[in-house]
Amino acid sequence: MMTTKIAGRRRPLGGGSQKSWFSPGKGGSAGQISLRTGIKRHWQIYILVLPAVLYTVVFAYGPLYGLVLAFKDYRPYLGYLESPFVGWKHFIRFFRSNKFEQVIANTLILSFYQLLAGFPLPIILALCLNYIPSRPFKKLVQNITYAPYFVSTVVVVSMLSIFFSQSTGMVNNIREALGLGRRLYMGSPTAFRHMYVWSGVWQSMGWNSIIYFAGLSSVDETLHEAARVDGASIFQRILYVDLPMLKPTIVTLFILNTGKLMSVGFEKAYLMQNSLNIGASEIISTYVYSIGMLEQQYSYSTAINLFNSVINLIMVLTVNYISQKLSETSIW
Amino acid sequence: MKHRHSGNTSDKIFMIVNHLLAFLFLVICLYPMYFILIASVSNVGMVTGGEVFLLPKGLTTAGYRMLMEKKEIWVGYKNTILYTLFGTMFNLALTIPAGYALSIRTLPFRRGLNFLFLVTMFISGGMIPTYLLVNHLRLVNTFAVMVIIGGVNVWNLTLCRNFFSTNIPAELRDAARIDGSSEFGIFFKIVLPISKAIVAVMVLYFAVSHWNGYHNALIYLREEAKYPLQLVLRNLLLQNTLSSETDAAGMSRLMDLQSMKYGVIVVASLPVMILYPFVQRYFVKGVMVGSVKG
Repeated sequence: MMTTKIAGRRRPLGGGSQKSWFSPGKGGSAGQISLRTGIKRHWQIYILVLPAVLYTVVFAYGPLYGLVLAFKDYRPYLGYLESPFVGWKHFIRFFRSNKFEQVIANTLILSFYQLLAGFPLPIILALCLNYIPSRPFKKLVQNITYAPYFVSTVVVVSMLSIFFSQSTGMVNNIREALGLGRRLYMGSPTAFRHMYVWSGVWQSMGWNSIIYFAGLSSVDETLHEAARVDGASIFQRILYVDLPMLKPTIVTLFILNTGKLMSVGFEKAYLMQNSLNIGASEIISTYVYSIGMLEQQYSYSTAINLFNSVINLIMVLTVNYISQKLSETSIW
Repeated sequence: MKHRHSGNTSDKIFMIVNHLLAFLFLVICLYPMYFILIASVSNVGMVTGGEVFLLPKGLTTAGYRMLMEKKEIWVGYKNTILYTLFGTMFNLALTIPAGYALSIRTLPFRRGLNFLFLVTMFISGGMIPTYLLVNHLRLVNTFAVMVIIGGVNVWNLTLCRNFFSTNIPAELRDAARIDGSSEFGIFFKIVLPISKAIVAVMVLYFAVSHWNGYHNALIYLREEAKYPLQLVLRNLLLQNTLSSETDAAGMSRLMDLQSMKYGVIVVASLPVMILYPFVQRYFVKGVMVGSVKG
């Protein structure tokens, strides 16, 4: 290992000046040894991490090289290097295309809706179960509400198409019984957003409540006792004891979720998409797929994706910065 | 016990409303799955006519008999089992040792290595560059791509690292080394046997994502004979359902599909749902490990 030797020569340990790349153990024998000995002693540990490093370098860093495509007119027979360089052409084309506003707006509307609808329910569920005295009933509700999380996306969308089918679905059967007309939910842009978001809430509500539930079970019982002595009702105890205890978790998760606003997953939107609801269901990730994989405009698709990644990165970093300032919680 | 009823009327009302709310949560999560189950053994006409609500009607196994004859479902099943089995083993071979290595505080360049992995969570080439790389490596439409894609998941790697750094004390490793163990010996003979919980969590996380995913197959596979179950399901249940609903010609095809689609959903979800009650505590444990920063 060549880098090892070089690093070993340049950074003898013990001076205490290096902090970032080398973290010596606190006290103990490891603190006094030289870096070279440290590396030699740990060579088997490096072997353990090596497969994951190699994999990451090839399959996560390798594709980064392909990002040059965003600035080129890619011709497969010319390769990455020989394909003509076109600068910002693809980005400008995207910004000027009528799809630009549509896919960005659709992505943002969907993710804001998802955040607002999906965020409070896990908290309510956790609070609700926290005040169920019967343990078996509580366990039952927990286990059942976690289960939808393990249903595959294909099955969830199939279930949507079953329940909301125009001719045979239960929802339309009920509408008809009530004297309302049957509606083609699967082909409606407005219905797309509601179905997308609420099926997501259905799937993840229970699962997302776990973290709040853990937070509630660590609330000091004497606080509740004191509130009870003061004559507080359960509802008041939720407001003045439980919620303040959950606040750091709530704030952190909320902030982290806002960092993901521009990255709505591909899988469900693509499955639910059809020619009738495409006005609402075409989001950035599905557009990248249809331009890239279906129309094979590799460079254009790469450029759109790169634009989205940069926005995502900026959002995550900003949000992490805010989170550090507000709650001293960082994702790093 | 923990939260006793007090005599207060408002608390009594709260408890009643709260129980109703919990029951509502239960029903909302359970009913859609329950309906699919009873619909799968009911007479299809009664299901589509809206007569089936709480109990199966016109008990029949017609749907299941029909799907037994659908060859592509069983080919998909076989493929998914193989992809899940080998894919999960590949994931574990990469993730568990790496998570352990990154948990060792005395490891030189540990922060650099952590950073190398963490960066990939935020910066990636995206769909097309990754596809072109896989294509360049001649992995498109191979068994191998379904096994190795997504080999390292940074989130899961972090869970492993956190688990090892909170559960394997440095003293344990020191003691083993003094006894003459090599680092390999420490990992395989001492650390792994006492870390079954995290291995279980990882097996479950990775296996479920292999079982339920269709995205990689959609992008990297070309032949139907290689399709995993979820992609077969998607082609069977979701493609062109809209046109079937709007044009008359599609209606007969739809009726055919109607009688077996509930069964298809049940059969596809069965393995995960049967395992679920046994393993759900490990999933929950995984969430807990993840919330502790290492």
